[in-house]
Order: sequence, then structure tokens, then C-alpha cells
Amino acid sequence: MTPSALFLQQVINGLSLGAMYSLLALGFTLVYGILELINFSHFNVFMVGSFIAMWVLQFFGLSGQQVILTGWPLLGVLGAALLITMLATGLLGVGIERFSLRPLRNVPGPVAMITTIGISYILFNVILLTVGAETKNFPNPLPMVKWHVGGAVVELREVLIWAISLVLMLLLQFFVQRSRLGKAMRATAQDPEAARMMGVEVDRVVITAFFLGSALAGAGGMFFGLYYNFTSFLIGYTAGLRAFTAAVLGGIGSVPGAMVGGVMIGLIESLSGQYIAVRWSDVIIFSILVLILVFRPAGLFGRLAPTKS
Amino acid sequence: MLEFRDIDTHYGDLHVLKKVNYTIGKGEIVCLLGGNASGKSTTMKTIMGVVRPTAGSVVFEGEAIERLPTAERVRRGIAPVLEARRLFPRMTVYENLEMGAYTRTLGPGFQEDLERAYQLFPRVKERRNQIAGTLSGGEQQMVAIARALMARPRLICMDEPSMGLSPRFVEQVFDIIQMINRQGTAIFVVEQNANMALSIAHRAYVLQTGQVVLSGSAEELRHNPQIREAYLGELLIT
Repeated sequence: MTPSALFLQQVINGLSLGAMYSLLALGFTLVYGILELINFSHFNVFMVGSFIAMWVLQFFGLSGQQVILTGWPLLGVLGAALLITMLATGLLGVGIERFSLRPLRNVPGPVAMITTIGISYILFNVILLTVGAETKNFPNPLPMVKWHVGGAVVELREVLIWAISLVLMLLLQFFVQRSRLGKAMRATAQDPEAARMMGVEVDRVVITAFFLGSALAGAGGMFFGLYYNFTSFLIGYTAGLRAFTAAVLGGIGSVPGAMVGGVMIGLIESLSGQYIAVRWSDVIIFSILVLILVFRPAGLFGRLAPTKS
Repeated sequence: MLEFRDIDTHYGDLHVLKKVNYTIGKGEIVCLLGGNASGKSTTMKTIMGVVRPTAGSVVFEGEAIERLPTAERVRRGIAPVLEARRLFPRMTVYENLEMGAYTRTLGPGFQEDLERAYQLFPRVKERRNQIAGTLSGGEQQMVAIARALMARPRLICMDEPSMGLSPRFVEQVFDIIQMINRQGTAIFVVEQNANMALSIAHRAYVLQTGQVVLSGSAEELRHNPQIREAYLGELLIT
């Protein structure tokens, strides 16, 4: 490969990673925007999402990479798996909010955040104990279609991940900007007390944020499986921390910030892996996290929210 | 229309309102005077349901509402103009007005009310696509009042509408309050600017450390020597 083709290849890889990180980062940002809560359980909602997607695909008779589908059956199976996964993780997120976080809503300090760490470990261990520690082969029904672009290779699954991620993010942006509930979400993020006095039911807004964020994490979990052909109880931790960094980089609380931040972290990961060394990727990503927190805590698109009293 | 019956409120051990009674009649402008920490803002929050009373009853149009959630109170016809305006700073003026109508289903009624608000505040119409946080204080106050009107309220509760405004704007705001009142909306206004408030109000209450110490017609209170000294900034020469 020529140097320029190599670079292009890493950009392509980075965009695929970035799409996943963006989907995951949106969940951090939506919840933080409304509750000023960093939801660490989100890491493992993503992980559970990839298992749910795996089970749904297996339910449709797929196993490993042996069964290849094309045309309508392929779209139908992937579409159904995506919808079921998103619905399931969305409900998981709502359940986490309803039963573990809502009772702590008005408790000051880091209590709710620490609770989310606890929930994260519960999800982690439930999957570990019921499914096992070994890496699972993730069913992938996509035919091996490739295109050569400027010496680099783009696979069908990458194009699919980009396209679906883009559509999901546009839908989210549309929802937040245009719908009545989306506007209530923005109003609550900007001034919770005033929003309440307009008649906004805060619980509904919070549930919506958890549902949407967790559903997007589920989609991200499914894409992880399709991209890497495996899943494991361990995947939430690394991907979650990188996506969290993406949310902070973009400006936590900002929806476009999470999207851009995710893509940037994906590119940084793939390019630093190519030109520095893969094992240094995390050092670089988390150094960025530290640098943002020190020098520009509001991130690229964020504003420093006034601390709730 | 709105009544406080022996309302007590507490913040933890702090006893804020102590057996407070107010009555706001249909079509009235009633003003509430009081110094800092007298319980004025708590009164507002109790009406809107952000603070729940520990004893007593809040009655709106004959029904006890003190256990109802805020959204239900807005739906029944109480809308707030919050202290320091509290617009949604990164939403447009139009979106702020939409939030004012949040409890109502959008329909022809919404357009009608929008037109009415624009008529009352031509400035708000001009600025409708601007981000609310970029408006001047006076313009923001107009949007805040227009936003309250969008709920199609029967009672508007205003917390310090003159705060931070230039004298010219204060006068304009009070003119508008009277205009809204003449169209049939009752107004309960908490104010530090006693002079201005008493000049437009029908009746007034004076709150001191959580207790109503004086009440009566605005006319009476304006001539009350205590009020003149404490709130109208006149020294009593005895």
C-alpha cells in the first residue's frame, strides 16, 4: 500500500470506530445534559446490547459467518435485529433509571453516579456468569462485498455501519430539535426549574433521555459485533471509556458535540495505531481526556453548565 | 379565584410561611410586598407546586390544588413569570413561546394566542427567530410575559417583573400588566418596586418574615405611614 492509501485506509477504519463511539457518546451526553449525571452503567448497556443482537441473529438461524444473506432477507434480519436490540436496551436503560436512579434523584453529591458504577458491575457480572467468560463468535450474515477506493478497501459492513449510524443520529437530532418532547428535553437541560413551571413533567424527559441514549448504545453494541465478528462481556469497558472521552471532547451535554467527538476519537485511535503503535492508542486517547479537562473543560461544543445548587 | 388558607411551609427546620392567607379575586391585580427573605419567592413556589406546604390549603377556582403537580396547575390556568425572567437561553424566542404553551395541544388556539402575544409585544415578533439569551433584559422580560400568556392562563404569577430593568422599561412592563389584566386575567405580582406595584394593583399584602403583617386596598397601603417608610423610600419626619 502506498502511504496515501494507508492513510485513507486508517481514516476508513477510524470512521467505523467513530460511528460506534458517537452512538455510545450520545447516551452519556443526553443523560448528563438533563441530570448532570455521568452514567457509568451506560458502558455495559452497550455490552448487553451486543449480546442481545447476537441472540436475535442466532434466533434467525445465523451462526458465525457461515450463513450469508443477500437482498431482502438480509435487510429484514438486520433491521429486525437492530430494532429489537434498540428496544431492549432502551427498556433496560429506562429500568435502570426507574428502579435505581429515580429514588436518588434529589440526593445531593456523587451518590447517583456511584450507583451507576454499581449497576455497571451488576450487568457485567450477570453476563459473565450466565454467558461465560469466553469470547463469542458474533453472527455476520453480510456478504463479503468490497470496494477499492484510492488503494484502500471499504467493506459493505463499514458502509452499512456509517449509513445506519448517520440515519440514527439525524433522527435523534430531528427529535431533539423539532418534537415537543425534544424541545422539553432541551428546555429542561437549560433550566430545569423553569421547564417544570412551564408544565414539563421532568420524569418523562428523564425517561426519554435514558431510553434514547440506551437504544443508541444498543445499536452501537450490534455494530461492534458486526465489525469485529465477536463479542464478550469485556467490551463495555474500553469502548465505554473511549466514548465517554468522545462526549467530553465534544462538550458533554451537547448532541452535535458527542457526534463529532466520537468520530474524532475513532480517527485518533486508528491513526495513532498506524503511525505510533496500537498499544499506545489508549495512552493518547486518555491523555486527550486529561488535556481537555484541564484546558477546555467545556469541550469543543459545550458550555460550562452552571452547577446545580 | 386563588386562595391561601393558613399555609405553612418549611425548608427542613426553617419555617418560612407561617399561617399565611391570601385571596386573589377574579380580574384583580394583587401585589405582594416584602423585604428579602420575607417569603415572597416561597409564596410563588407554593402556588406553582415547586414547594409543597406543610399545612393549609391552596384553593384555585374552588378546588384544593396543593397536592397537584405543577403541570396540572399550569393546565388549570396558572402561569408563572419567573424571577430574573428565566428564559431558555439557547432556544429561540419562538421556541420559548412554544414552551409556554407546553401543556396545551398545538392547534389553531396556539396560532391565535401567538398572534395575540405578538400584537401585545411587536418587539417579540421582530425577535422571534433570535436566540433568547442574546436579547436585552427588557426584551427578555417581554418574552417572559408573552411566554406566560401562551398558556392561556386565568391567573399569572409574576416574581419581580421590574428587577434589573431600566425605569423606562419598568413603566412599559407595568402598562402591559395592566393591559393584560383588563383583558380578564388576574395577576398576582411580587415586587420590590412598591411604588410602581401599588400604583397598578387593586389590593396588596405585606409579608414580613413569613407572616402577613398588613393587607388592604392599594390605595390604603399607599397612604399607610409604615409602608411609606419601609417600602416607598420616604423618611418619616416626626
